[in-house]
Amino acid sequence: MTVYDLTLAELRAKLDKRELSAVEVTKTYLDRIAATNPALNTFITICNETALAEAQAADQAIAEGKAQALTGLPIAAKDIFNTAGLRTTCASRILDNYVSPYDATAIARIKEQKAVIIGKLNMDEFAMGSSNENSAFGPVRNPWNQDLVPGGSSGGSAASVAARQAVAALGTDTGGSIRQPASHCSVVGLKPTYGRVSRYGVIAYASSLDQVGPVTRDVRDCALMLQAIAGYDPADSTSVNTPVADYQSNLTGNLKGLKIGLPKEYFIEGLDDDVRKAVEQAAEKYRELGAEIIEVSLPHTSYAVACYYLIATAEASSNLARYDGVRYGLRAENAENLVDMYMQTRAAGFGSEVKRRIMLGTYALSSGYYDAYYLKAQKVRTLIRQDFLNAFETVDALLTPVAPTPAFALGEKVNDPLQMYLSDIYTIPVNLAGTCAMSLPCGFSTDERPIGLQLIGKPFDEATLLRTAHAYEQATEWHKRKTEF
Amino acid sequence: MKITRTEVEHVSRLARLALSAEELDSLTGEMDAILGYVEQLATLDTEGIVPTAHAVPMENAFRPDEVKVGFTAEQALSNAPDAAESAFRVGRIIE
Repeated sequence: MTVYDLTLAELRAKLDKRELSAVEVTKTYLDRIAATNPALNTFITICNETALAEAQAADQAIAEGKAQALTGLPIAAKDIFNTAGLRTTCASRILDNYVSPYDATAIARIKEQKAVIIGKLNMDEFAMGSSNENSAFGPVRNPWNQDLVPGGSSGGSAASVAARQAVAALGTDTGGSIRQPASHCSVVGLKPTYGRVSRYGVIAYASSLDQVGPVTRDVRDCALMLQAIAGYDPADSTSVNTPVADYQSNLTGNLKGLKIGLPKEYFIEGLDDDVRKAVEQAAEKYRELGAEIIEVSLPHTSYAVACYYLIATAEASSNLARYDGVRYGLRAENAENLVDMYMQTRAAGFGSEVKRRIMLGTYALSSGYYDAYYLKAQKVRTLIRQDFLNAFETVDALLTPVAPTPAFALGEKVNDPLQMYLSDIYTIPVNLAGTCAMSLPCGFSTDERPIGLQLIGKPFDEATLLRTAHAYEQATEWHKRKTEF
Repeated sequence: MKITRTEVEHVSRLARLALSAEELDSLTGEMDAILGYVEQLATLDTEGIVPTAHAVPMENAFRPDEVKVGFTAEQALSNAPDAAESAFRVGRIIE
């Protein structure tokens, strides 16, 4: 067992017993990243110097008996988080030279615990994508099989944790961007309830859907990470001032009386046979563990992708209006006038998927189409949210696939945006409903591609969600399998 | 056709996004396909349904109007493509 094979909780114990120092752990990870990043392309920025300085400060804190859960642990962040003094690109040419003047709240909270920021992770540009192929810094490769995509948009977050380049990572999830890559890379990923974690300092894609969450090796690590970042933040007026449970102490393994729903609309044509089998076996495992499995209906499921691609693109077109070449980022030279400068800057700075979504969103919000597209989608969103609230009157959690297929090949869907969008069919409804959900490893396809299980919880009940996930994890071995990478 | 090339060109001006002739061609086809797909929403009866703008129902969030320490001018300008005298500088906008 090498240092980088240890989980966050295991490393914590070794640091506290002084069997390892934070500097030793950090050096091990930096060496591992240097050796593996050329093949995987998971990191956009590697924090060689700052990470060691932070590790020294962490060792000091540990020596003074002031260690907290994350003190001295190397954590990587998707390059969508503002990180003071570090380059933050959002995987876009338009922010190529941008250096954050401040920390996002999620970053500030893990820094308060003296975690070590080991690097900034590759992603789909502005979090728009399901394969991590839309990055201005090149695609990330799946550590299980380098011909496959890692999923997206937090592809770097999932791949780096699977390849053991970081003990844990932060990602964001707007339509599945934590859960789908976690599934494709066989790691644990959690999208908390909208409002649970502050979005302050996170570069905005679709503000009513975006949420920050952890990617980890196992469920206990996930609980520890969520504990650090969850909670009300006056700097984000959409964060919710509601109590945060003690997530780790909730991991009791007890599922007695728990009711789990299987939404029948999620087990339809287009669902890969291996994925179906793995998810059905997971449901059977839950039955053995004492949970009651009930079929439920989420009748508006099939409308979710259409609804999402109107709402998310509309919000994106508004959010991305700020990239105008005036205050930060790229500015086109030799423009004829101010409007031409805007148009040329954005043409040169944005990649093709970002342009496509800005165009769709602008169209959906434009005069004459607003009611038919944007307003209609917001009404359908109400129906989708209501589906979940109705289901949660009879069950405590829902069990579904994360994605209709295991990871697909690099290049397979790049020329068909609609097919790419449909790979998020099981994750998108959760963002529209605003509730919490996670992906955890539940098997492999016959050709050895990872498969993830999605558990969906009641709004703000991440404690039950984590307890449900943990009980399954304890009863199975999937999370122990490691990439040979 | 849900959308024509001329409409795509119009939307690109609204979005302040210069597009090449090739981009206009490919976007017209792609947007047409996507708009065709989202058309299915029209089959749902949403009469009397209240639109959802935010998943968590919330009222306006107020805070006390207090002076707090913000960025210095230097910090605010640290990423500016062009700056002069504590201000962002752009090209001439009035002839």
